[in-house]
Amino acid sequence: MAGRSEFRHARLLRPAGFDELGVRRALSDRILPALVAAMSFLAALALAGGLAAAGLAGHWRTGAATVVTVQVPRPTQPAEGSGGAGEDTRLGRALAVLHTSPGVVSTRVVPEGELSDLLRPWLGAGIEKLSLPIPAVIELRMAPAGADLDRLTRRLESAAPGALVESHGPWFRRLAVLAHSLVACAAVAALVVALVASMVVVIATRAGLLARREAIEIVHDLGASDGYIAGRFSRRVLGLAALGGLAGAVLAMPVLLGLATLAAPFAAPGQAGGDPELSWGALGVLPASLWLMLPGLPVLAAAIGFLTAQGTVRQWLRRLP
Amino acid sequence: MVRLEGVGLCYGRDAETGPEVLRDITLAIPAAGFRWLLGPSGAGKSSLLRLLHAAVRPSRGRLEVLGTDVGGASRRALPRLRRRIGVVHQDFRLLRHLSAYDNVALPLRIAGRPEGQIRADVGEVLRWVGLADKMEVHPARLSGGEQQRVAIARAVIGRPQLLLADEPTGNLDDRQSERLMQMLTELNRLGTTVVVATHNDALVRRHPAPALLLEGGRLQAAA
Ligand SMILES: Nc1ncnc2c1ncn2[C@@H]1O[C@H](COP(=O)(O)OP(=O)(O)OP(=O)(O)O)[C@@H](O)[C@H]1O
Ligand SMILES: [Mg+2]
Repeated sequence: MAGRSEFRHARLLRPAGFDELGVRRALSDRILPALVAAMSFLAALALAGGLAAAGLAGHWRTGAATVVTVQVPRPTQPAEGSGGAGEDTRLGRALAVLHTSPGVVSTRVVPEGELSDLLRPWLGAGIEKLSLPIPAVIELRMAPAGADLDRLTRRLESAAPGALVESHGPWFRRLAVLAHSLVACAAVAALVVALVASMVVVIATRAGLLARREAIEIVHDLGASDGYIAGRFSRRVLGLAALGGLAGAVLAMPVLLGLATLAAPFAAPGQAGGDPELSWGALGVLPASLWLMLPGLPVLAAAIGFLTAQGTVRQWLRRLP
Repeated sequence: MVRLEGVGLCYGRDAETGPEVLRDITLAIPAAGFRWLLGPSGAGKSSLLRLLHAAVRPSRGRLEVLGTDVGGASRRALPRLRRRIGVVHQDFRLLRHLSAYDNVALPLRIAGRPEGQIRADVGEVLRWVGLADKMEVHPARLSGGEQQRVAIARAVIGRPQLLLADEPTGNLDDRQSERLMQMLTELNRLGTTVVVATHNDALVRRHPAPALLLEGGRLQAAA
Protein backbone atom coordinates (compact mmCIF):
# COMPACT_ATOMS: atom_id res chain seq x y z
CA MET A 1 0.00 0.00 0.00
CA ALA A 2 2.91 2.29 0.77
CA GLY A 3 4.26 1.50 -2.69
CA ARG A 4 1.00 2.53 -4.24
CA SER A 5 0.85 5.93 -2.60
CA GLU A 6 4.51 6.46 -3.32
CA PHE A 7 3.70 5.69 -6.94
CA ARG A 8 0.96 8.29 -7.06
CA HIS A 9 3.13 10.81 -5.28
CA ALA A 10 5.79 10.29 -7.91
CA ARG A 11 3.31 11.03 -10.69
CA LEU A 12 2.74 14.42 -9.14
CA LEU A 13 6.43 15.12 -8.95
CA ARG A 14 7.10 14.26 -12.57
CA PRO A 15 8.35 17.36 -14.39
CA ALA A 16 5.47 19.26 -15.98
CA GLY A 17 7.00 19.58 -19.44
CA PHE A 18 8.33 16.02 -19.62
CA ASP A 19 6.93 14.63 -22.87
CA GLU A 20 8.85 11.43 -23.56
CA LEU A 21 6.49 10.33 -26.32
CA GLY A 22 6.42 13.73 -28.00
CA VAL A 23 2.60 13.79 -27.97
CA ARG A 24 2.60 17.58 -27.94
CA ARG A 25 3.97 17.61 -31.45
CA ALA A 26 2.16 14.46 -32.58
CA LEU A 27 -1.22 15.92 -31.58
CA SER A 28 -1.04 19.57 -32.51
CA ASP A 29 -3.11 22.15 -30.67
CA ARG A 30 -4.67 23.42 -33.92
CA ILE A 31 -6.49 20.83 -35.97
CA LEU A 32 -8.08 18.66 -33.30
CA PRO A 33 -9.49 21.55 -31.21
CA ALA A 34 -10.79 23.24 -34.37
CA LEU A 35 -12.61 20.09 -35.50
CA VAL A 36 -13.99 19.40 -32.03
CA ALA A 37 -15.11 23.04 -31.80
CA ALA A 38 -17.08 22.60 -35.03
CA MET A 39 -18.66 19.41 -33.66
CA SER A 40 -19.52 21.07 -30.37
CA PHE A 41 -21.05 24.01 -32.24
CA LEU A 42 -23.25 21.67 -34.26
CA ALA A 43 -24.18 19.72 -31.14
CA ALA A 44 -25.23 22.95 -29.42
CA LEU A 45 -27.49 23.83 -32.35
CA ALA A 46 -28.99 20.33 -32.39
CA LEU A 47 -29.58 20.43 -28.64
CA ALA A 48 -31.22 23.84 -28.81
CA GLY A 49 -33.46 22.72 -31.66
CA GLY A 50 -34.33 19.53 -29.85
CA LEU A 51 -35.21 21.35 -26.64
CA ALA A 52 -37.37 23.89 -28.47
CA ALA A 53 -39.21 21.10 -30.30
CA ALA A 54 -39.63 19.17 -27.05
CA GLY A 55 -41.18 22.24 -25.43
CA LEU A 56 -43.62 22.66 -28.32
CA ALA A 57 -44.40 18.95 -28.32
CA GLY A 58 -45.34 19.10 -24.64
CA HIS A 59 -47.48 22.16 -25.28
CA TRP A 60 -49.30 20.53 -28.18
CA ARG A 61 -49.73 17.21 -26.45
CA THR A 62 -51.83 18.85 -23.74
CA GLY A 63 -53.77 20.55 -26.53
CA ALA A 64 -54.43 17.24 -28.25
CA ALA A 65 -55.73 15.68 -25.06
CA THR A 66 -58.23 18.52 -24.64
CA VAL A 67 -59.49 17.96 -28.14
CA VAL A 68 -62.53 20.25 -28.03
CA THR A 69 -62.92 23.81 -26.79
CA VAL A 70 -66.14 25.72 -26.43
CA GLN A 71 -66.12 29.50 -26.50
CA VAL A 72 -68.99 31.32 -24.84
CA PRO A 73 -69.12 35.04 -25.68
CA ARG A 74 -70.46 37.39 -22.99
CA PRO A 75 -70.34 34.57 -20.42
CA THR A 76 -71.50 36.57 -17.41
CA GLN A 77 -74.63 37.96 -19.02
CA PRO A 78 -77.90 36.39 -17.94
CA ALA A 79 -79.06 33.62 -20.15
CA GLU A 80 -81.68 34.30 -22.76
CA GLY A 81 -85.16 33.66 -21.38
CA SER A 82 -84.09 33.64 -17.75
CA GLY A 83 -85.88 36.92 -17.14
CA GLY A 84 -82.68 38.83 -16.40
CA ALA A 85 -82.64 37.63 -12.80
CA GLY A 86 -78.85 37.36 -12.97
CA GLU A 87 -78.52 33.94 -11.36
CA ASP A 88 -78.60 31.90 -14.53
CA THR A 89 -75.66 33.10 -16.72
CA ARG A 90 -74.94 32.14 -20.31
CA LEU A 91 -71.85 30.26 -19.11
CA GLY A 92 -73.93 28.39 -16.53
CA ARG A 93 -76.40 27.34 -19.19
CA ALA A 94 -73.68 26.16 -21.51
CA LEU A 95 -72.07 24.12 -18.74
CA ALA A 96 -75.40 22.58 -17.86
CA VAL A 97 -75.84 21.47 -21.46
CA LEU A 98 -72.35 20.05 -21.58
CA HIS A 99 -72.80 18.11 -18.34
CA THR A 100 -75.80 16.36 -19.76
CA SER A 101 -74.29 15.66 -23.19
CA PRO A 102 -73.22 12.09 -23.92
CA GLY A 103 -69.50 11.69 -24.80
CA VAL A 104 -68.27 14.62 -22.71
CA VAL A 105 -66.00 13.17 -20.01
CA SER A 106 -65.08 16.36 -18.22
CA THR A 107 -65.27 20.11 -18.54
CA ARG A 108 -62.93 22.78 -17.34
CA VAL A 109 -63.48 26.50 -17.51
CA VAL A 110 -60.12 28.02 -18.39
CA PRO A 111 -59.37 30.66 -15.72
CA GLU A 112 -59.05 34.21 -16.90
CA GLY A 113 -55.40 34.45 -15.88
CA GLU A 114 -54.52 31.56 -18.18
CA LEU A 115 -56.42 33.17 -21.03
CA SER A 116 -54.56 36.44 -20.69
CA ASP A 117 -51.31 34.44 -20.62
CA LEU A 118 -52.29 32.91 -23.95
CA LEU A 119 -53.20 36.26 -25.43
CA ARG A 120 -50.27 38.22 -24.02
CA PRO A 121 -47.90 37.52 -26.93
CA TRP A 122 -50.41 39.14 -29.28
CA LEU A 123 -51.98 41.80 -27.14
CA GLY A 124 -49.11 42.72 -24.84
CA ALA A 125 -48.81 42.69 -21.08
CA GLY A 126 -51.66 45.05 -20.25
CA ILE A 127 -54.57 42.90 -21.41
CA GLU A 128 -56.46 43.35 -18.16
CA LYS A 129 -56.43 47.11 -18.64
CA LEU A 130 -57.95 46.82 -22.12
CA SER A 131 -61.19 45.39 -20.69
CA LEU A 132 -61.72 43.39 -23.86
CA PRO A 133 -64.85 41.27 -24.17
CA ILE A 134 -63.02 38.02 -23.81
CA PRO A 135 -65.21 34.93 -24.17
CA ALA A 136 -65.16 32.16 -21.59
CA VAL A 137 -63.31 29.10 -22.81
CA ILE A 138 -64.34 25.63 -21.72
CA GLU A 139 -62.00 22.74 -22.35
CA LEU A 140 -63.77 19.45 -22.96
CA ARG A 141 -62.32 16.03 -22.60
CA MET A 142 -64.23 13.71 -24.84
CA ALA A 143 -64.77 10.00 -24.59
CA PRO A 144 -62.44 8.11 -26.93
CA ALA A 145 -65.41 7.11 -29.08
CA GLY A 146 -66.05 10.81 -29.66
CA ALA A 147 -69.40 12.55 -29.69
CA ASP A 148 -71.85 13.98 -32.13
CA LEU A 149 -70.39 17.50 -32.35
CA ASP A 150 -73.16 18.76 -34.62
CA ARG A 151 -75.80 17.85 -32.06
CA LEU A 152 -73.69 19.40 -29.30
CA THR A 153 -73.34 22.59 -31.33
CA ARG A 154 -77.12 22.83 -31.90
CA ARG A 155 -77.87 22.28 -28.20
CA LEU A 156 -75.32 24.92 -27.16
CA GLU A 157 -76.62 27.38 -29.75
CA SER A 158 -80.06 27.21 -28.22
CA ALA A 159 -78.73 27.42 -24.64
CA ALA A 160 -76.21 30.24 -25.25
CA PRO A 161 -76.53 31.72 -28.72
CA GLY A 162 -73.15 32.58 -30.29
CA ALA A 163 -71.27 29.74 -28.53
CA LEU A 164 -68.55 28.22 -30.72
CA VAL A 165 -67.45 24.60 -30.68
CA GLU A 166 -64.02 23.81 -32.03
CA SER A 167 -62.34 20.46 -32.31
CA HIS A 168 -58.53 20.68 -32.26
CA GLY A 169 -57.65 17.03 -31.74
CA PRO A 170 -56.43 16.08 -35.23
CA TRP A 171 -54.42 19.27 -35.65
CA PHE A 172 -52.79 19.09 -32.28
CA ARG A 173 -52.00 15.43 -32.79
CA ARG A 174 -50.34 16.17 -36.13
CA LEU A 175 -48.34 19.05 -34.66
CA ALA A 176 -47.30 16.92 -31.71
CA VAL A 177 -46.13 14.16 -34.07
CA LEU A 178 -44.20 16.74 -36.07
CA ALA A 179 -42.59 18.16 -32.92
CA HIS A 180 -41.70 14.67 -31.71
CA SER A 181 -40.10 13.91 -35.07
CA LEU A 182 -38.08 17.09 -34.75
CA VAL A 183 -36.92 16.03 -31.28
CA ALA A 184 -35.93 12.63 -32.68
CA CYS A 185 -34.05 14.30 -35.58
CA ALA A 186 -32.20 16.54 -33.15
CA ALA A 187 -31.27 13.52 -31.01
CA VAL A 188 -30.01 11.64 -34.08
CA ALA A 189 -28.07 14.72 -35.20
CA ALA A 190 -26.46 15.02 -31.75
CA LEU A 191 -25.59 11.32 -31.83
CA VAL A 192 -24.07 11.55 -35.31
CA VAL A 193 -22.05 14.58 -34.22
CA ALA A 194 -20.75 12.62 -31.22
CA LEU A 195 -19.85 9.69 -33.49
CA VAL A 196 -18.06 11.94 -35.98
CA ALA A 197 -16.23 13.61 -33.09
CA SER A 198 -14.98 10.27 -31.82
CA MET A 199 -13.99 9.27 -35.37
CA VAL A 200 -12.02 12.51 -35.65
CA VAL A 201 -10.27 11.61 -32.39
CA VAL A 202 -9.55 8.09 -33.68
CA ILE A 203 -7.98 9.46 -36.86
CA ALA A 204 -5.95 12.11 -35.04
CA THR A 205 -4.78 9.60 -32.44
CA ARG A 206 -3.83 7.03 -35.10
CA ALA A 207 -1.83 9.69 -36.95
CA GLY A 208 -0.16 10.62 -33.66
CA LEU A 209 0.67 6.97 -32.93
CA LEU A 210 2.23 6.52 -36.36
CA ALA A 211 4.23 9.72 -36.02
CA ARG A 212 5.58 8.63 -32.61
CA ARG A 213 5.85 4.94 -33.35
CA GLU A 214 9.57 4.71 -32.62
CA ALA A 215 9.30 6.57 -29.33
CA ILE A 216 6.37 4.40 -28.28
CA GLU A 217 8.31 1.24 -29.02
CA ILE A 218 11.28 2.48 -27.03
CA VAL A 219 9.15 3.44 -24.05
CA HIS A 220 7.26 0.15 -24.35
CA ASP A 221 10.57 -1.76 -24.28
CA LEU A 222 11.61 0.16 -21.18
CA GLY A 223 8.67 -1.39 -19.37
CA ALA A 224 5.87 1.15 -19.82
CA SER A 225 2.45 -0.46 -19.52
CA ASP A 226 -0.35 0.06 -22.04
CA GLY A 227 -2.07 2.22 -19.44
CA TYR A 228 1.01 4.46 -19.16
CA ILE A 229 1.26 5.05 -22.91
CA ALA A 230 -2.50 5.37 -23.42
CA GLY A 231 -2.55 7.84 -20.53
CA ARG A 232 0.04 10.10 -22.18
CA PHE A 233 -2.04 10.26 -25.36
CA SER A 234 -5.50 10.41 -23.82
CA ARG A 235 -4.59 13.21 -21.41
CA ARG A 236 -3.36 15.28 -24.34
CA VAL A 237 -6.51 14.53 -26.34
CA LEU A 238 -8.66 15.30 -23.30
CA GLY A 239 -7.16 18.76 -23.01
CA LEU A 240 -7.49 19.50 -26.72
CA ALA A 241 -11.07 18.18 -26.92
CA ALA A 242 -12.15 20.14 -23.85
CA LEU A 243 -10.66 23.26 -25.41
CA GLY A 244 -12.47 22.63 -28.69
CA GLY A 245 -15.73 21.78 -26.91
CA LEU A 246 -15.57 24.99 -24.93
CA ALA A 247 -14.82 27.07 -28.01
CA GLY A 248 -17.72 25.51 -29.90
CA ALA A 249 -20.18 26.08 -27.05
CA VAL A 250 -19.07 29.69 -26.65
CA LEU A 251 -19.35 30.30 -30.39
CA ALA A 252 -22.85 28.78 -30.43
CA MET A 253 -24.07 31.14 -27.69
CA PRO A 254 -24.70 34.25 -29.83
CA VAL A 255 -26.44 32.16 -32.49
CA LEU A 256 -28.67 30.47 -29.91
CA LEU A 257 -29.46 33.77 -28.20
CA GLY A 258 -30.43 35.28 -31.53
CA LEU A 259 -32.67 32.36 -32.43
CA ALA A 260 -34.24 32.26 -28.97
CA THR A 261 -34.98 35.96 -29.10
CA LEU A 262 -36.69 35.49 -32.45
CA ALA A 263 -38.61 32.45 -31.19
CA ALA A 264 -39.63 33.90 -27.81
CA PRO A 265 -43.06 35.22 -28.90
CA PHE A 266 -44.08 31.78 -30.18
CA ALA A 267 -42.90 29.83 -27.19
CA ALA A 268 -45.42 28.57 -24.68
CA PRO A 269 -45.69 30.92 -21.70
CA GLY A 270 -43.59 29.86 -18.79
CA GLN A 271 -41.98 27.06 -20.77
CA ALA A 272 -39.19 28.60 -22.76
CA GLY A 273 -37.81 31.92 -21.76
CA GLY A 274 -40.11 32.43 -18.84
CA ASP A 275 -41.43 35.90 -18.29
CA PRO A 276 -39.55 38.29 -20.55
CA GLU A 277 -39.94 41.08 -17.97
CA LEU A 278 -38.18 39.07 -15.32
CA SER A 279 -35.11 38.30 -17.43
CA TRP A 280 -32.11 40.52 -17.57
CA GLY A 281 -30.88 41.22 -21.04
CA ALA A 282 -31.38 38.57 -23.69
CA LEU A 283 -29.89 35.76 -21.61
CA GLY A 284 -33.21 34.87 -20.03
CA VAL A 285 -34.73 33.80 -23.33
CA LEU A 286 -32.67 30.58 -23.41
CA PRO A 287 -34.43 27.70 -21.71
CA ALA A 288 -32.97 26.66 -18.39
CA SER A 289 -32.23 23.14 -19.66
CA LEU A 290 -29.98 24.62 -22.35
CA TRP A 291 -28.07 26.49 -19.67
CA LEU A 292 -27.38 23.13 -18.09
CA MET A 293 -26.39 21.48 -21.38
CA LEU A 294 -24.05 24.12 -22.82
CA PRO A 295 -21.42 23.73 -20.05
CA GLY A 296 -21.88 19.97 -20.51
CA LEU A 297 -20.53 20.16 -24.08
CA PRO A 298 -16.83 20.67 -23.21
CA VAL A 299 -17.17 18.01 -20.52
CA LEU A 300 -18.76 15.61 -22.98
CA ALA A 301 -16.18 16.43 -25.66
CA ALA A 302 -13.40 15.81 -23.14
CA ALA A 303 -14.96 12.51 -22.09
CA ILE A 304 -15.44 11.33 -25.67
CA GLY A 305 -11.86 12.39 -26.50
CA PHE A 306 -10.37 10.68 -23.46
CA LEU A 307 -12.25 7.41 -23.85
CA THR A 308 -11.75 7.24 -27.62
CA ALA A 309 -8.03 7.96 -27.33
CA GLN A 310 -7.67 5.34 -24.59
CA GLY A 311 -9.42 2.76 -26.73
CA THR A 312 -7.50 3.65 -29.89
CA VAL A 313 -4.08 3.57 -28.23
CA ARG A 314 -4.74 0.37 -26.28
CA GLN A 315 -6.03 -1.30 -29.44
CA TRP A 316 -2.97 -0.15 -31.39
CA LEU A 317 -0.57 -1.31 -28.67
CA ARG A 318 -1.83 -4.87 -29.01
CA ARG A 319 0.55 -5.25 -31.95
CA LEU A 320 3.46 -4.93 -29.53
CA PRO A 321 4.19 -7.99 -27.33
CA MET B 1 17.04 -17.11 -13.65
CA VAL B 2 17.07 -17.51 -17.45
CA ARG B 3 16.01 -20.81 -18.97
CA LEU B 4 15.29 -21.75 -22.60
CA GLU B 5 14.04 -25.14 -23.72
CA GLY B 6 13.75 -25.83 -27.43
CA VAL B 7 13.11 -22.15 -28.16
CA GLY B 8 12.53 -21.07 -31.76
CA LEU B 9 11.84 -17.59 -33.12
CA CYS B 10 10.27 -16.43 -36.39
CA TYR B 11 9.80 -12.77 -37.20
CA GLY B 12 6.72 -11.51 -38.93
CA ARG B 13 3.11 -12.52 -38.92
CA ASP B 14 3.52 -16.09 -40.01
CA ALA B 15 5.11 -17.25 -36.78
CA GLU B 16 4.33 -20.89 -37.55
CA THR B 17 5.65 -21.28 -41.08
CA GLY B 18 8.12 -18.40 -41.59
CA PRO B 19 11.88 -19.01 -41.59
CA GLU B 20 13.24 -19.44 -38.10
CA VAL B 21 15.88 -16.91 -37.05
CA LEU B 22 16.57 -18.92 -33.89
CA ARG B 23 16.16 -22.69 -33.80
CA ASP B 24 15.92 -25.14 -30.98
CA ILE B 25 17.83 -23.13 -28.38
CA THR B 26 18.21 -24.80 -25.02
CA LEU B 27 20.27 -23.11 -22.34
CA ALA B 28 20.22 -21.91 -18.75
CA ILE B 29 21.95 -18.99 -17.07
CA PRO B 30 22.04 -19.01 -13.27
CA ALA B 31 21.34 -15.95 -11.15
CA ALA B 32 24.36 -13.61 -11.03
CA GLY B 33 25.88 -15.45 -13.98
CA PHE B 34 27.94 -13.79 -16.73
CA ARG B 35 27.80 -14.91 -20.37
CA TRP B 36 29.45 -13.72 -23.53
CA LEU B 37 27.16 -14.08 -26.53
CA LEU B 38 29.29 -14.70 -29.62
CA GLY B 39 28.76 -15.51 -33.25
CA PRO B 40 29.06 -14.08 -36.75
CA SER B 41 26.93 -11.23 -37.97
CA GLY B 42 23.39 -12.35 -38.62
CA ALA B 43 23.72 -15.37 -36.33
CA GLY B 44 20.81 -14.19 -34.20
CA LYS B 45 22.53 -12.59 -31.19
CA SER B 46 20.33 -9.50 -31.12
CA SER B 47 17.30 -11.68 -31.67
CA LEU B 48 18.19 -13.84 -28.67
CA LEU B 49 18.65 -10.74 -26.50
CA ARG B 50 15.29 -9.44 -27.70
CA LEU B 51 13.73 -12.70 -26.52
CA LEU B 52 15.42 -12.45 -23.13
CA HIS B 53 14.05 -8.90 -22.82
CA ALA B 54 10.52 -10.08 -23.64
CA ALA B 55 10.50 -7.65 -26.56
CA VAL B 56 9.41 -10.59 -28.71
CA ARG B 57 7.79 -13.83 -27.67
CA PRO B 58 9.18 -17.22 -28.65
CA SER B 59 7.45 -18.88 -31.60
CA ARG B 60 8.02 -22.26 -30.01
CA GLY B 61 9.59 -23.80 -26.94
CA ARG B 62 9.63 -22.58 -23.39
CA LEU B 63 11.33 -19.36 -22.24
CA GLU B 64 11.59 -18.39 -18.61
CA VAL B 65 13.15 -15.08 -17.54
CA LEU B 66 13.41 -14.00 -13.88
CA GLY B 67 10.72 -16.50 -12.97
CA THR B 68 8.28 -15.37 -15.67
CA ASP B 69 7.16 -17.68 -18.46
CA VAL B 70 7.54 -15.22 -21.34
CA GLY B 71 5.61 -17.33 -23.85
CA GLY B 72 2.65 -17.91 -21.58
CA ALA B 73 2.50 -14.67 -19.55
CA SER B 74 -0.31 -12.18 -20.15
CA ARG B 75 0.51 -8.88 -21.85
CA ARG B 76 -0.16 -7.15 -18.55
CA ALA B 77 2.57 -9.12 -16.81
CA LEU B 78 5.36 -8.26 -19.25
CA PRO B 79 5.96 -4.54 -18.50
CA ARG B 80 6.80 -5.37 -14.90
CA LEU B 81 9.29 -7.99 -16.13
CA ARG B 82 10.88 -5.56 -18.61
CA ARG B 83 11.42 -3.01 -15.85
CA ARG B 84 13.62 -5.52 -14.07
CA ILE B 85 15.82 -5.90 -17.15
CA GLY B 86 18.34 -3.35 -18.46
CA VAL B 87 19.18 -3.33 -22.17
CA VAL B 88 21.92 -1.63 -24.18
CA HIS B 89 20.70 -1.82 -27.77
CA GLN B 90 23.08 -2.22 -30.67
CA ASP B 91 21.55 0.93 -32.21
CA PHE B 92 21.15 2.66 -28.79
CA ARG B 93 17.43 3.46 -29.27
CA LEU B 94 17.66 6.83 -27.53
CA LEU B 95 14.78 9.30 -27.74
CA ARG B 96 15.97 12.07 -30.04
CA HIS B 97 13.81 14.82 -28.57
CA LEU B 98 15.03 14.24 -25.00
CA SER B 99 18.30 15.36 -23.44
CA ALA B 100 20.84 12.82 -22.22
CA TYR B 101 19.60 13.45 -18.69
CA ASP B 102 15.95 12.80 -19.60
CA ASN B 103 16.87 9.71 -21.61
CA VAL B 104 18.65 8.21 -18.64
CA ALA B 105 15.89 9.28 -16.24
CA LEU B 106 13.19 7.67 -18.39
CA PRO B 107 13.19 4.14 -16.88
CA LEU B 108 12.92 5.59 -13.38
CA ARG B 109 10.07 7.89 -14.39
CA ILE B 110 8.24 5.01 -16.05
CA ALA B 111 8.70 3.09 -12.81
CA GLY B 112 7.24 6.07 -10.94
CA ARG B 113 10.25 6.90 -8.77
CA PRO B 114 10.31 10.26 -6.95
CA GLU B 115 12.10 13.06 -8.82
CA GLY B 116 14.50 13.74 -5.96
CA GLN B 117 15.93 10.24 -6.10
CA ILE B 118 15.98 10.36 -9.91
CA ARG B 119 18.08 13.53 -9.90
CA ALA B 120 20.68 12.02 -7.59
CA ASP B 121 20.87 8.69 -9.43
CA VAL B 122 20.99 10.09 -12.96
CA GLY B 123 23.68 12.58 -12.00
CA GLU B 124 25.79 9.84 -10.48
CA VAL B 125 25.48 7.42 -13.41
CA LEU B 126 26.14 10.10 -16.02
CA ARG B 127 29.26 11.16 -14.09
CA TRP B 128 30.31 7.53 -14.00
CA VAL B 129 30.13 7.19 -17.80
CA GLY B 130 31.97 10.52 -18.16
CA LEU B 131 29.05 12.62 -19.43
CA ALA B 132 28.58 14.93 -16.42
CA ASP B 133 29.06 17.96 -18.67
CA LYS B 134 26.71 16.71 -21.42
CA MET B 135 23.56 16.16 -19.35
CA GLU B 136 21.42 18.64 -21.25
CA VAL B 137 22.72 17.72 -24.70
CA HIS B 138 20.42 15.90 -27.12
CA PRO B 139 21.55 12.64 -28.76
CA ALA B 140 21.90 14.25 -32.19
CA ARG B 141 24.70 16.44 -30.79
CA LEU B 142 26.54 13.55 -29.12
CA SER B 143 29.26 11.41 -30.72
CA GLY B 144 28.55 7.73 -31.35
CA GLY B 145 30.54 6.72 -28.28
CA GLU B 146 28.77 9.32 -26.15
CA GLN B 147 25.38 8.06 -27.33
CA GLN B 148 26.45 4.54 -26.48
CA ARG B 149 27.42 5.64 -22.99
CA VAL B 150 24.01 7.30 -22.55
CA ALA B 151 22.43 3.99 -23.59
CA ILE B 152 24.61 2.16 -21.05
CA ALA B 153 23.66 4.64 -18.32
CA ARG B 154 19.97 4.16 -19.15
CA ALA B 155 20.36 0.37 -18.96
CA VAL B 156 21.92 0.33 -15.51
CA ILE B 157 20.05 3.22 -13.87
CA GLY B 158 17.22 1.00 -12.59
CA ARG B 159 19.61 -1.51 -10.97
CA PRO B 160 18.26 -4.35 -13.12
CA GLN B 161 18.42 -7.99 -12.11
CA LEU B 162 19.27 -8.91 -15.69
CA LEU B 163 21.49 -6.76 -17.90
CA LEU B 164 21.58 -7.41 -21.65
CA ALA B 165 24.21 -5.55 -23.67
CA ASP B 166 24.28 -5.77 -27.46
CA GLU B 167 27.70 -4.81 -28.82
CA PRO B 168 28.14 -2.25 -26.02
CA THR B 169 31.71 -1.40 -26.97
CA GLY B 170 31.05 -0.97 -30.70
CA ASN B 171 31.72 2.76 -30.55
CA LEU B 172 34.02 2.91 -27.54
CA ASP B 173 37.80 3.21 -27.44
CA ASP B 174 39.84 0.65 -25.51
CA ARG B 175 40.04 2.72 -22.35
CA GLN B 176 36.27 3.28 -22.25
CA SER B 177 35.65 -0.37 -23.10
CA GLU B 178 37.72 -1.36 -20.12
CA ARG B 179 35.81 1.05 -17.90
CA LEU B 180 32.54 -0.48 -19.12
CA MET B 181 33.80 -3.98 -18.41
CA GLN B 182 34.78 -2.89 -14.91
CA MET B 183 31.25 -1.63 -14.35
CA LEU B 184 29.69 -4.79 -15.76
CA THR B 185 31.84 -7.07 -13.60
CA GLU B 186 31.06 -4.92 -10.57
CA LEU B 187 27.30 -5.12 -11.22
CA ASN B 188 27.69 -8.86 -11.82
CA ARG B 189 29.52 -9.24 -8.54
CA LEU B 190 26.63 -7.44 -6.80
CA GLY B 191 24.19 -10.03 -8.16
CA THR B 192 23.11 -8.86 -11.62
CA THR B 193 22.96 -11.51 -14.33
CA VAL B 194 24.83 -10.16 -17.36
CA VAL B 195 24.75 -11.22 -21.04
CA VAL B 196 27.03 -9.33 -23.45
CA ALA B 197 26.84 -9.89 -27.22
CA THR B 198 30.03 -8.80 -28.96
CA HIS B 199 32.40 -9.17 -31.91
CA ASN B 200 35.23 -7.71 -29.82
CA ASP B 201 37.50 -10.78 -29.50
CA ALA B 202 40.24 -8.86 -27.68
CA LEU B 203 37.78 -7.86 -24.98
CA VAL B 204 36.57 -11.44 -24.60
CA ARG B 205 40.15 -12.64 -24.31
CA ARG B 206 40.93 -10.08 -21.60
CA HIS B 207 37.82 -11.07 -19.63
CA PRO B 208 37.43 -14.81 -19.78
CA ALA B 209 33.93 -16.02 -18.98
CA PRO B 210 31.49 -18.68 -20.20
CA ALA B 211 30.28 -18.00 -23.75
CA LEU B 212 27.18 -18.84 -25.80
CA LEU B 213 28.15 -19.35 -29.42
CA LEU B 214 25.42 -18.83 -32.02
CA GLU B 215 25.72 -19.75 -35.65
CA GLY B 216 22.91 -19.60 -38.18
CA GLY B 217 20.34 -19.36 -35.44
CA ARG B 218 21.57 -22.47 -33.61
CA LEU B 219 23.47 -22.70 -30.35
CA GLN B 220 26.87 -24.25 -31.13
CA ALA B 221 28.31 -24.38 -27.67
CA ALA B 222 27.25 -23.38 -24.21
CA ALA B 223 29.92 -23.49 -21.60
N1 LIG C 1 12.84 -7.30 -37.08
C1 LIG C 1 13.25 -8.29 -37.91
N2 LIG C 1 12.39 -8.78 -38.82
C2 LIG C 1 12.76 -9.78 -39.64
N3 LIG C 1 13.95 -10.35 -39.62
C3 LIG C 1 14.85 -9.91 -38.74
C4 LIG C 1 14.54 -8.86 -37.82
N4 LIG C 1 15.62 -8.63 -37.05
C5 LIG C 1 16.56 -9.50 -37.46
N5 LIG C 1 16.10 -10.26 -38.47
C6 LIG C 1 16.83 -11.34 -39.14
O1 LIG C 1 17.27 -12.24 -38.14
C7 LIG C 1 18.58 -12.71 -38.42
C8 LIG C 1 19.42 -12.50 -37.16
O2 LIG C 1 19.51 -11.11 -36.91
P1 LIG C 1 20.19 -10.57 -35.60
O3 LIG C 1 20.03 -9.10 -35.58
O4 LIG C 1 19.67 -11.32 -34.44
O5 LIG C 1 21.71 -10.96 -35.84
P2 LIG C 1 22.98 -10.58 -34.99
O6 LIG C 1 23.62 -11.85 -34.60
O7 LIG C 1 22.63 -9.65 -33.92
O8 LIG C 1 23.87 -9.84 -36.08
P3 LIG C 1 24.92 -8.65 -35.83
O9 LIG C 1 26.14 -9.26 -35.23
O10 LIG C 1 25.21 -8.18 -37.21
O11 LIG C 1 24.28 -7.66 -34.98
C9 LIG C 1 19.08 -11.92 -39.59
O12 LIG C 1 19.04 -12.78 -40.71
C10 LIG C 1 18.08 -10.81 -39.79
O13 LIG C 1 17.84 -10.60 -41.15
MG1 LIG D 1 22.96 -7.70 -33.52
